[in-house]
Amino acid sequence: MPIHEQSLIRPENLTTHEEKIIDGIDVSGHWSTFIESRVVTDYNEQMEDEIAALPGGEFIHRCWQCGSCTNSCTVNAVNPEFNPRFWIYLIRMGIESELIRDKDIIWQCVSCNKCTYACPRDVYPEGVMKATSHWLELKGHTPQSPSAIFDEVCTDQIVDTGKIEDGRTLRRFMQKTGQSLLQDWIVAMIKQLVSHLPVSLLAKMGLSTLIAPRTSGWSGARRALKRYIEEQQTEQQMAVNPVVAGEEKH
Amino acid sequence: MPTDQKNYKKVAYYPGCALEGTGHAYNRSTKAVGKKLGLDLVEVDNWNCCGAMEVKNVDPKIQTYLSSRVMSITANEMDMDVVMAPCNGCYHNLKKAEYELANDKESAEVVERLSKEAGHETYKAGQVETIHALDWIKHTIGEDGLRERVKNSLSGMKIANYYGCMYTRPRHIFPEKDAGPGSESTYRPHFMDDLLEAAGAENVEFPLKTACCGGAHTLSDSDMSTKLVLNILRAAEESDAEVIATECPTCHTGLEMHQIRAEKTLGVKTSVKILYFTQLLGLALGLKPRKVGIQENISSSTDFLKEKGLA
Repeated sequence: MPIHEQSLIRPENLTTHEEKIIDGIDVSGHWSTFIESRVVTDYNEQMEDEIAALPGGEFIHRCWQCGSCTNSCTVNAVNPEFNPRFWIYLIRMGIESELIRDKDIIWQCVSCNKCTYACPRDVYPEGVMKATSHWLELKGHTPQSPSAIFDEVCTDQIVDTGKIEDGRTLRRFMQKTGQSLLQDWIVAMIKQLVSHLPVSLLAKMGLSTLIAPRTSGWSGARRALKRYIEEQQTEQQMAVNPVVAGEEKH
Repeated sequence: MPTDQKNYKKVAYYPGCALEGTGHAYNRSTKAVGKKLGLDLVEVDNWNCCGAMEVKNVDPKIQTYLSSRVMSITANEMDMDVVMAPCNGCYHNLKKAEYELANDKESAEVVERLSKEAGHETYKAGQVETIHALDWIKHTIGEDGLRERVKNSLSGMKIANYYGCMYTRPRHIFPEKDAGPGSESTYRPHFMDDLLEAAGAENVEFPLKTACCGGAHTLSDSDMSTKLVLNILRAAEESDAEVIATECPTCHTGLEMHQIRAEKTLGVKTSVKILYFTQLLGLALGLKPRKVGIQENISSSTDFLKEKGLA
């Protein structure tokens, strides 16, 4: 599938002067149309380093811009605006304002790893997508995405009990994202399931949503993981927002 | 050692969280098939979650630690050297942890620190070999072995084999794949095709074997998942398949859930059946539908199986 390429030339980047005379020649109207130029201060030179400091972003510097990632991308096939190659270009150039235009879709990467499979330079674009959406949140450009909320719901549960329980995950996620559990399709699914599920299994599943399954002797791991996660979060804040993170520390 | 001479007759069994929840039918059918084939599964003691699809987004090294703990118990407490994980997510994560521990010093240091603080032995790369349920049956029983044992042939059943993402990608964590004749292919996986064909089924030419079902966003971006699942369901139907055979609880549940959701939200109805490959193999080996958890699937396939003389 060919890559749907993005253009940096858009109506809002074009300037036309109604009355313009240059060197005595009248170039009013479309004769004076030009693309607004970027100046050095428009570039965020730290952006690549900041994203490279987050988990998954480490190898962004290897990119050759071949486009294999976008070409193989599952999400790109559904939404042509989803373009990993283009975002990696913007990040490496430091064109923050352009990247932010797509801030609401970058988190939609489904982690299918087709890009990682196709990438000839081992950039691990899947990781770069995760690091980039993480960066957008840490910088305050976007609120926490539904995907990040889901990651948190699952991770908290694992750190706490050692395991994931599906019913609990569903309930907590819907609650945290302000959605009703009584969606048409969830109700239809549960009705179908209950209609032929053996009673004994039904009872077992009901019980496990009340009493979460646990890994026994997990307290040591729980403590270790909590401490490690806290350290990592502080480190990531330092890498992305050194001033803010530093002030909070003191 | 050539792959077909491996001995997986007795292996550690790591069901993982999904197989104790929504993927219950996969757990039941895997155990039933193992028993029927005379293979010994010893469940990993006091196992924990491998990190699923989500923990790596918080920090990949935590996922590496979680998976390493499972392998550490297998090697150091149970004294076994092969662990079998039927779930693609678990299988993938254990493989990935193995790769990271062998190749990334920082990951190894974090795992060592967390293992010490948690109070168990640190897993060292190379102690355990992780295999999938497909490897397990393919290498111990094989197609010829299956053919001899089939009681109810799946003949006349048209199957689209769906492998999903985590079983083949990214390639670097599966060094044993793409290793010449007899090995699995990451580009065109065929182990499930081989086994079901030996059980008598007719595999259709299915172009979306390794397409993504959007499992990572099954709840967080449901519209995307529904679109991706619908692609898979429609492609299977257009390939003339009656059944999609699955080998991953996340894919399986995703296909079932979004088949219903597509009907409810987009008004698109598809009727292709979705069954775990272990359920199909179990039926072929003469097990009753109840024994392979047919009634535990969300969508009912009882009428279809009756029609085929398998229920």
